[in-house]
Amino acid sequence: MWTWFHRLASPPTFYRFAERLAPWLLAIAVVLIGIGVWRGLFVAPTDYQQGDSFRIIYVHVPAAALSLSIYTAMAVAGAIALIWRMKLAEVAVVSAAPIGATFTALALVTGMLWGKPTWGAYWVWDARLTSELVLLFLYLGVIGLQQAYSDPRTAARACAWLALVGVVNVPIVHYSVTWWNSLHQGSTILSAEGIAKPKIAGEMLGPLLMTLFGSYLFFGAIWLRRMQNEVLVREKRAKWVRQIALQASPADLLDVAPRAGSNP
Amino acid sequence: MSAVAAVFARELRIALRRPAEWAQPLVFYGIVALLFPLGIAPRDPALTTFAPAIVWVGALLSALLGVERLFRGDLDDGTLEQMLVSDTPLSFLLAAKLAAQWLLTAAPLVLASPLLGYGLGLETPAVQVLVLSLLLGTPTLVFTGGFAAALTVGAPRAGLLLPILVLPLMTPAVIFGGGAVRAATSGLPSDAPLYFLGALLALSLTLLPVAAAGALRNAID
Repeated sequence: MWTWFHRLASPPTFYRFAERLAPWLLAIAVVLIGIGVWRGLFVAPTDYQQGDSFRIIYVHVPAAALSLSIYTAMAVAGAIALIWRMKLAEVAVVSAAPIGATFTALALVTGMLWGKPTWGAYWVWDARLTSELVLLFLYLGVIGLQQAYSDPRTAARACAWLALVGVVNVPIVHYSVTWWNSLHQGSTILSAEGIAKPKIAGEMLGPLLMTLFGSYLFFGAIWLRRMQNEVLVREKRAKWVRQIALQASPADLLDVAPRAGSNP
Repeated sequence: MSAVAAVFARELRIALRRPAEWAQPLVFYGIVALLFPLGIAPRDPALTTFAPAIVWVGALLSALLGVERLFRGDLDDGTLEQMLVSDTPLSFLLAAKLAAQWLLTAAPLVLASPLLGYGLGLETPAVQVLVLSLLLGTPTLVFTGGFAAALTVGAPRAGLLLPILVLPLMTPAVIFGGGAVRAATSGLPSDAPLYFLGALLALSLTLLPVAAAGALRNAID
């Protein structure tokens, strides 16, 4: 198990592993999200209180859950990068930030669209909305920090430190509903009664869980792809990268090769 | 330990020779607080409602003011390299530096805040909470700023980036600091937000110097 894990940390092994895994994740994600959205939009019954507007939950909840999960994943990867000096974990940190920022923006936008019919306003300065906005700025800070350094390793490790310190914000976002008694509704899936007595009808919950898991798998696929790209850029002088490039488009590379050779 | 004391004393000595350095945040704080009453109608009762936000955002902005220069001089004259190779842990030296920074730039704000509080129409109990909240909260602001400055010390174009890094990390201090004063103005107990500020203070005093040391090593090595 551990030797496998160590081997995975080497860029070529990881590249091939991701190359095999990512299409599967993406395919399952597309199927899950597709069925979930279809059942959510057309099959699930109308909410007795919120009417049809509740259906945005099938986008909003996965996006919001991912916005927090991705930051946590970034912090964990950051800790691994800083403690064990693992290059792949550094790659994971910088590759996750733009995806996380996108999901956070999506959660904010869908939340605003949902807020208009239910609360009567696109935006309220409520604790949860505000801290989600803060989370977006934290992501933008990580992205900005990465671009401030020209050396990719220094940049990634700086981002890892920032992610670790910023992770303090994630529990604040998560518990703000209970701490500040906000306007935002409480969690419908994770309630005190537990899974045994959910606060949501089964016809509504099923599609939600599908889009939720589908979104996580989608994130996994995109994350792997971004990490592959980052690894390729970082290791562009390595032999295995040249082999992959030759396989991908030998013609293009042959085109470039004489110029690269004439200018050492 | 002597190295820690030496860093602390050095910071104070340098600052005392250049009074403009430590007087600037205080003057800036005063100007920011002055602009708010100018922006809304004079003698508007809303001013008192906004007082917690004015005082706390003012403190935050003036904490931001000196952050970019925090390590610049030390980087240019090689002091930072000496701190990196010193056998005293870098986090202790940074903590000493940041403590001196707090004493020079933030402590005057805390002392001046009653003036500001009364000027904005707060009652005495609210002013007391205001001073206490700033006393608990400003070290968090300074240490957070120090961490962000350490993150970007080696980056050539970090000027605009710094506020984007610092401000989100500082929001909890402003939420609880402003919340404490707001609770006091409306006659409610302000213990809970003050305890949260204390918790943030404990966290930032213990963890942020370590994080700043790691970030600094990464940025310079």
